[in-house]
Amino acid sequence: MAETICEIEVEIKNADGLHMRPAMQFVDVASKFDSDIKVSNEDTSVDAKSIMQMTMLAATFGTKLKVRAEGSDAQEATEAIRYLVEEKLFDEKPG
Amino acid sequence: MEIRKGIAVSPGIVIAKPMVFDSKDFRIPRRSITASQRMSQVKRVRNAFAEAINELTELDQAHSIEEGKIKDIFAVHLRYLRDKSFRKRITDYVCEELTTAEYAVSVILREIASHFENLKDTYISERAADIYDIESRLLTILLGEVRQEVEDLTEEVVVIAHDLTPTQTAGFNKTYVKGFATEAGGRTSHTAIVARSLGIPAVVALEDVTTNVTAESMVIIDGNRGVVIVDPDEETLDQYRQYALDFLRLEHELDTLRDKPAVTRDGVQINLLANIEFPEETGQALEKGSMGIGLYRTEFLYLTSGSEPTEEDHYKAYSETIKAFKGKPVVIRTMDLGADKLPSRTRYSAEINPVLGLRSIRYCLQNLTLFKTQLKAILRASVLGDIRIMLPLINNLQELRQTKMIIRDVMEDLDEDSIPYNSSVPIGIMIETPSSAITATLLAKDCDFFSIGTNDLTQYTLAVDRANEHVATLYSSADPAVLQLIRGVIHDANKAQIGLSVCGEVASDPEFIILLLGMGARTLSLAPPMIPEIKQIIRSVTVEQCNKLARAVAGMDSQRQIKNYLRDAAMKILPEAF
Repeated sequence: MAETICEIEVEIKNADGLHMRPAMQFVDVASKFDSDIKVSNEDTSVDAKSIMQMTMLAATFGTKLKVRAEGSDAQEATEAIRYLVEEKLFDEKPG
Repeated sequence: MEIRKGIAVSPGIVIAKPMVFDSKDFRIPRRSITASQRMSQVKRVRNAFAEAINELTELDQAHSIEEGKIKDIFAVHLRYLRDKSFRKRITDYVCEELTTAEYAVSVILREIASHFENLKDTYISERAADIYDIESRLLTILLGEVRQEVEDLTEEVVVIAHDLTPTQTAGFNKTYVKGFATEAGGRTSHTAIVARSLGIPAVVALEDVTTNVTAESMVIIDGNRGVVIVDPDEETLDQYRQYALDFLRLEHELDTLRDKPAVTRDGVQINLLANIEFPEETGQALEKGSMGIGLYRTEFLYLTSGSEPTEEDHYKAYSETIKAFKGKPVVIRTMDLGADKLPSRTRYSAEINPVLGLRSIRYCLQNLTLFKTQLKAILRASVLGDIRIMLPLINNLQELRQTKMIIRDVMEDLDEDSIPYNSSVPIGIMIETPSSAITATLLAKDCDFFSIGTNDLTQYTLAVDRANEHVATLYSSADPAVLQLIRGVIHDANKAQIGLSVCGEVASDPEFIILLLGMGARTLSLAPPMIPEIKQIIRSVTVEQCNKLARAVAGMDSQRQIKNYLRDAAMKILPEAF
């Protein structure tokens, strides 16, 4: 399969933001895919598969994050992340 | 070469390689490594991560699904530990900055934690606590390795630490640990007591000493002058080798006193007994000429194994010692630990004020199974020689009577099983609180002997924590209040015609001996290495001189005045010892 690049923007919609538990879910979902996935919040860009880097992003409610996936399953990866962040809201209460 | 001045708490001179003990409760000092040690430190980081992952996986499995919150926390910590970029940040730091694994872990984890703490969102900033928790887990593993090394030593070392706890010193391989240097502590701290009982030099209250030492250093500990020298030059080394020889020679001279009696010039016999911390010290106590054991501390039994000692563990430790002393008295003090110091006990949460809390006899009276196990072993050993039971921290008659009732219960149990014991085993108490000192006459009716524990008595009377370097200077057994209590207890014991000994620090302080004799003490119990020196003082004085000095001190009103007077008097009576 060809290498593809896929970039989307997601908004943090759960009230408590990307604290430890949501960050953990984010990393777990990202890690299921082969693609290299980067998440950026303004100037900071981090590896979506590293819990340390993801928690240090400190994305609070309302933050818009850029998710950029590069690899054979880039499309599926960004979709799974979008679903987790914007629809499933990490199984947390909405803001 | 780095010279540090501290407080000398145990005499002697040693030159050896250091073993540094860091504590995860204090800042880990930056300690450099050489380029060739990089790989071994990186490996330590990796092993610590692997070990932490194992621990957490086990903990995770031990918790049920219902404890969802706890499981979430473990899950987050596990992901952190499996995060390769996180681990790499630490190993990179080791390689680039050339520091130890411990230092790199504490620097990086603190960087991450402070990143969280600086965030405005409180929910996320609170996550710094998770980072500190991970740091603590990794450091416990890394520092535990060092502790293991001290247990498995094969060459002589000196131990350098912020402070030493009873749990740490109990685990030391005593054949190879030849000296202590710590940042905290005073004359009566645990480090000082252990060093004196082992007969190794120790210097405490050395600021930042753990920072100056590397694995490659050579260290001189001068327990006579209170000096620690890191990486001495050739000239200094030569000088200290000479000091060490001189000191040994003096010690041998004093050892010739071993078979001479501890008798004053006017013929009054003084009974010199030994305080011991571990059964290994029995040989040294005999060698230095002690007439028995006046204080056998039994805490090591609870601290070495990591689990509660069995009756057989107790019995073995006591019977070995009593056999070695062939009919001479052995005073065994029952467990004297705080709830916080006991391993495998999670029922008690940390106390704000442990010294005034659940400890010693109070803990025993609330944990009868543990207490009776020890009492049973002591009673069983009582048929082997002159064993006496000493109860610590007794505050009043009610506690004493309650404890004696428990001892009778244990005796009845032994009767039922037809196990022999000495039914008239002497039972005595430590006098170490103002309450027991003031009511000594009442307590004397119900026990066979007193032993004055001057360290705790001073601490409780003056309300000063002797291990706290900020107030340690306020701690003095020469304080008029403390001396008044000691004088009263000796008087009350003599009047009631029960046994009386002094087993605290002052009994091995040359300047105090004359005063103690003058106040009427005839039995002293002290660290074995100090016995020859104290015996020499006793053999140089008359009881009349001692009485005169005690009368003069009774009329003085300040600690400083008394201290100076005692020093001057000691120098006049015995110039060569000072």
